[in-house]
Amino acid sequence: MEKFTVHKGIVVPLDRANVDTDAIIPKQYLKSVKKSGFGPTLFDDWRYKVAGEPGMDHSKRELHKDFVLNQARYQGGSILLARENFGCGSSREHAVWALTDYGFRTIIAPSYADIFFNNSFKNGLLPIVLSEQIVDKIFSEIASSDAYELTIDLEKQEVITPTGETFAFEVDAFRKHCMLNGLDDIGLTLQHADDIRAYEEKRKQEAPWLFAS
Amino acid sequence: MAAKTLYDKLWDAHVVREEEDGTALLYIDRHLVHEVTSPQAFEGLRLAGRSLWRANSILAVPDHNVPTTKQHRGNGTAGIDDPVAKVQVETLNKNCEDFNVKEFLMDDIRQGIVHVIGPEQGATLPGMTVVCGDSHTSTHGAFGALAHGIGTSEVEHVMATQCLIQSKMKNMLISVDGKVQAGVTAKDIVLAIIGEIGTAGGTGYAIEFAGEAIRDLSIEGRMTVCNMAIEAGARAGMIAVDQTTIDYIKGRPFAPTGETWDKAVEAWQDLVSDDDAEFDLVVRLDAAKIEPQVTWGTSPEMVLPISATVPNPADETDAVKSNGIQAALEYMGLKAGEAIDNINVDKVFIGSCTNSRIEDIREAAKIAQGNKVAKNIKLAMVVPGSGLVKHQAEEEGLDKIFIDAGFEWREPGCSMCLAMNADRLEPGERCASTSNRNFEGRQGQGGRTHLVSPAMAAAAAIHGHFIDIRTLAKEA
Repeated sequence: MEKFTVHKGIVVPLDRANVDTDAIIPKQYLKSVKKSGFGPTLFDDWRYKVAGEPGMDHSKRELHKDFVLNQARYQGGSILLARENFGCGSSREHAVWALTDYGFRTIIAPSYADIFFNNSFKNGLLPIVLSEQIVDKIFSEIASSDAYELTIDLEKQEVITPTGETFAFEVDAFRKHCMLNGLDDIGLTLQHADDIRAYEEKRKQEAPWLFAS
Repeated sequence: MAAKTLYDKLWDAHVVREEEDGTALLYIDRHLVHEVTSPQAFEGLRLAGRSLWRANSILAVPDHNVPTTKQHRGNGTAGIDDPVAKVQVETLNKNCEDFNVKEFLMDDIRQGIVHVIGPEQGATLPGMTVVCGDSHTSTHGAFGALAHGIGTSEVEHVMATQCLIQSKMKNMLISVDGKVQAGVTAKDIVLAIIGEIGTAGGTGYAIEFAGEAIRDLSIEGRMTVCNMAIEAGARAGMIAVDQTTIDYIKGRPFAPTGETWDKAVEAWQDLVSDDDAEFDLVVRLDAAKIEPQVTWGTSPEMVLPISATVPNPADETDAVKSNGIQAALEYMGLKAGEAIDNINVDKVFIGSCTNSRIEDIREAAKIAQGNKVAKNIKLAMVVPGSGLVKHQAEEEGLDKIFIDAGFEWREPGCSMCLAMNADRLEPGERCASTSNRNFEGRQGQGGRTHLVSPAMAAAAAIHGHFIDIRTLAKEA
C-alpha cells in the first residue's frame, strides 16, 4: 500500500448526499478479475451520456459536460468533497479502486457508510470526516474561487485551506499508523498466529460443530 | 456479571486478542465466497505466497454473473455469453480447485444465491461469525449469528488469517411490537423500519430486531428483515435464537448431528439478549400501523405505504433533502402528489437474496394463481434463490401457476437485482422488484426500481400497476 503522509491537491466538489457504490462504479465493470483500470469508469452513469461496457475505449465516449469530473478546472483533482453517507450500498471494493485509480487520495464528507469507510483505509484512500458546517464552507469557498486546493496532513490530522485556515479531523490510531507507513494488515495479523491457534484450540473444545466443515 | 446484548455475546465469544485502543482481532467461523469479490483476494494470496488459514471454513458459489435462462444452463460455464463474466466464473472455479475450497458449481442443484444457500445447507449456524464479500451478508444474522459484508481486502485477510481487524459497533434494538395486519410481510416491516430511521440510521451499529411481529416471522421472513439491515446503514442485523431457528437447522447437510447436535442446541439457548441488557439506542414500531410498502425514489428510505401519494419537494424545509426529492422524482419520472397505487409498471422481478426463498415464491404464487399478467407488462419473471428452492417450488406446482399466468420461470441467481447478467431494465423502464436497492441505474442504466414484497410484486404484474393486496384479500 502506498504511504500517506502529506497530500496537497485540487478539490472536486460533488454536491450530493447518499452517493452509493452503484453510482461510483456500475455493475458491468465488476466482472473484471483485476484491481486496476477502474478509473475511466468512475461515476460512469453521471460522467458519460450512454452506458459503457468493459473493454471499450472510454476516451471516445460522449461526456455529460457539466458533471464535475468533466469540467476543465477540476482536471487532475485528487481530493473529493461530498455530502453525508458517502459510499452507501454494496460492499464492492471496486468503488475504492475506481476512486484511487482515477487519482483520488482523500475524500472529505460529513459521514460515510461503514463498509466503504473500512475499504478505503485498506487502499491508501483517506476518508476524512468534517462537520456539515465545515463541508458547507468548503463547498462555498470552491464556488467563489477559480482554483482551490487543500493540504491534508495525516500526521497532524489537519486539513489546511488556501488561506491557512486549519480544520482538525479524527482518525483511528491503528489505521493512521498503517496509512502513514503503508503497512499490510495481513502481515501484521500473522504476527499473532499463535494467539489465533490458541483461540482455535479452546474453541474446538467448547463448540466443536464450528470446525466440522 | 454485567448483562449483555446478543451482539455483546457474539463479539466476546470471538475476540482472539484486543489492543489497548479497543481494536480487536475477531475470529471468523464461516466465510462465504462468490465470483465477483474474490478473484483479487485469491490473486493477493498467490502474489504473497500465502495459503488459506482454514479451507473448510469456506463455501463458494457463483451467483452474481450466472445466466438465468434454461438454454444457458446445464453445460457449465459454456452458457455464459458475456466473455468477461465467463472468465470471472471460471476464475472462481479455478481458484477453488487450486486452494481446495468447497464450491457448488453452476450445474449443481445446490447452486444459488450465496445468502440463500448458506442457511439452506446449514452452513450458517447460530453463534457463528459469518462474513462474505457482499453487503447482504447481514441476512445470516437471522440465525443469531454475527454476520456482515466485507470488502475484497478483508476477504483476503480472512482467507489468510481467519480473522478480521475490528472495532466493536454500538448496540441498537429495533422492536416491532404487536401483530401485523394480514397482507403485511417481512419486507413491509423492514421497509417501514428503513423509512423510519433512514439509510444512515444504523451506521456504526449492530441492530437486533425484536418484538412480537419479528418473533412471529418464519426464518425466511427473518432473513428478509436482516438482509436489509445494510439498507438502514447497519453492517449487521440479527435476531435472537428460538425454537423456529433450531427447527429450521435440524437435519441440514452441514448441521451437527447426534450428541454434538444436543450440545449445540444447549449452547444456542444463550443466544438472546439478557433481560436487562442496555442498548445505545432503542427504536419501537407499532406493527399494526405498518401497511404494504412501496419505494418511490432512488434510496430505500424513500418509501411510503401503498395508500400514500408521492411527496412534494416544496414541503421539505431542508435544502439538501428537498433537492434530493426533486432529483429522485425526475429520475423516477414521477410527479409530486401522484397516488402510489396509480403508478403503472413495465417489468416485474421476483427474486434476489431478499425475497427468493420458498415462502416468498409461495406468497407470490397465491396472488398469481388463476390470473393473467396485465397487457402492459413487458416481462414478469420469477427467479428462485437456489436450485433446491426451484425444485421444491416445482414439487408444489408453483412453477405451473406462474407459467400459466404469463410469468417466466427462471434458473437461480442474483439476476435483475443488480443486473450483472443479461436480466436488466432498459432506460426509462419501471420495475416492481422484490430486491433490496432502488439506486439510480441499479437494475440497468436509466431503469426505475420500486421495491416491494413478493405478493405486492405479483399483484402489480396482474394489475399492471401497484395495488393494495389487502383489498384483494377482501375481494377473494
